[in-house]
Amino acid sequence: MGYESSNHRSNEADRNPMIRLLELAGRPFIIAVEESGRIILLLISASTWMLRPPFRFRVIFKQMEFVGVNSIFVVLITGTFTGMVFALQSYHGFKMFGGESLVGATVALGVTRELGPVFTALMVTGRVGSAMTAELGTMKVTEQIDALHTMSVNPIHYLVMPRIVAAIVMLPVLTIVSDFVGILGGYFVGVELMKINSGIFIAKIVEFVELEDIFNGLIKAACFGLILSLIGCYKGIRTTGGAEGVGKATTQSVVLSSVTIFISDYFLTSFMF
Amino acid sequence: MIKLIKICKSFKGQKVLDNLDLKIEPEKITVIIGRSGGGKSVLLKHIIGLIKPDSGQVLVNGVDTAKLNDKELNEIRKVFGMLFQDAALFDSMTVGENVAFPLKEHTKLSKKEIDEIVEEKLLAVDLKNVTHKMPSELSGGMRKRVGLARAIALNPKIVLFDEPTTGLDPIMCEGIDNLVINTQRHTKATFVVISHDIRSTFKIAHKVAMLYKGKIIKIGTPEEIRLSNNPVVKRFIG
Repeated sequence: MGYESSNHRSNEADRNPMIRLLELAGRPFIIAVEESGRIILLLISASTWMLRPPFRFRVIFKQMEFVGVNSIFVVLITGTFTGMVFALQSYHGFKMFGGESLVGATVALGVTRELGPVFTALMVTGRVGSAMTAELGTMKVTEQIDALHTMSVNPIHYLVMPRIVAAIVMLPVLTIVSDFVGILGGYFVGVELMKINSGIFIAKIVEFVELEDIFNGLIKAACFGLILSLIGCYKGIRTTGGAEGVGKATTQSVVLSSVTIFISDYFLTSFMF
Repeated sequence: MIKLIKICKSFKGQKVLDNLDLKIEPEKITVIIGRSGGGKSVLLKHIIGLIKPDSGQVLVNGVDTAKLNDKELNEIRKVFGMLFQDAALFDSMTVGENVAFPLKEHTKLSKKEIDEIVEEKLLAVDLKNVTHKMPSELSGGMRKRVGLARAIALNPKIVLFDEPTTGLDPIMCEGIDNLVINTQRHTKATFVVISHDIRSTFKIAHKVAMLYKGKIIKIGTPEEIRLSNNPVVKRFIG
């Protein structure tokens, strides 16, 4: 009886183009909800493994080196030029009404609150998040993850948890570096090139920037670290379809992480400031 | 020791295993033969709990692994070793680190003791001076040997092989066959081998089981399989 009625509904759906249209339109939402659910379950599982021995410090330190130390150069470059271009644009804007003295404070606030954490996270997503997906994806399609299972080692414990911990710890560290060189770049453009008084430039930074601005920026960075590593690992361990599948998963991981970072940035900002 | 009872498994509506029954004899080499894509690897992954059946029981030492949670399953898996089709060595580790991996994870042996066992296991699979090489520097046959050394590192009671000779030349196949026979003789473990290589099957097997359309249609000694009147078995073994 139940089978007949579901069969009847399915036939009706086949005939009714409106129902088919609604089904087609709704499918991406259903997939998005399913994916979100799986990502949250992965987060819960990784979190519980953080508390269970063995604690795998060696693997975590190795990942911290990969996420943090090896990303320093790219963060230095992007951080410096972000601060420089921001100072340049602010100078031209403030000059229109004689407010050049505020360039230092504007750059420092912008960099510590937004540009430092967000650009660092985007650069790390491109360099580290993609590598996480590609590495775990390759391990999945070459049965290395199955091999871990057969050796009684949980892949979430061995592969996912250390990557998430490393990203959460190292993103704020990288952001501190980015904040510092960003303000330094802004100082160089404002004081050395645009000839703003050095004392005023620094005094306004001290006057307007509070420790809370820097601290909230670092909390954001930790959240972005969680997002990029969680999505990077999720896409990796769900990879199917050989080399082509690894390529697709890596692209999806970078796009999804970047979009999620921007969306969460808005909500974190509205909550914090 | 291993018993599969009325196992059913479907993927996306397609039935791969259909009320399959199979009993694996302990301390023997059982080879499961069948067509490519016929569900042999799926069957092997049921035995070690990588795939759970839709229905039926997978009994290992009397315990139904299909009903166990991850933690309980991990305990049961400690009696297993598995050699994957492409060896599934960890790319980021050296050969020595690959073989040492299960020992580091599940024993409290010192580094020196682990190094000695790694050397011993690599020698057992006829490999010398490869400890510091990366898997990418090895040939297909050598990778399988390292995979076997890793699989037997903890002296498991059951070793599973997923098509150990696929993709190897005839000389290398013979080498792997001899290795399987000698290792089983030496360890007295239960070996379950998936294969579609008939020559190799008849060389190494104590028992042969034929998988066809999701069921074991014939099981017996190599001689019994050779003399079988079952038309599918006859056609398959040529």
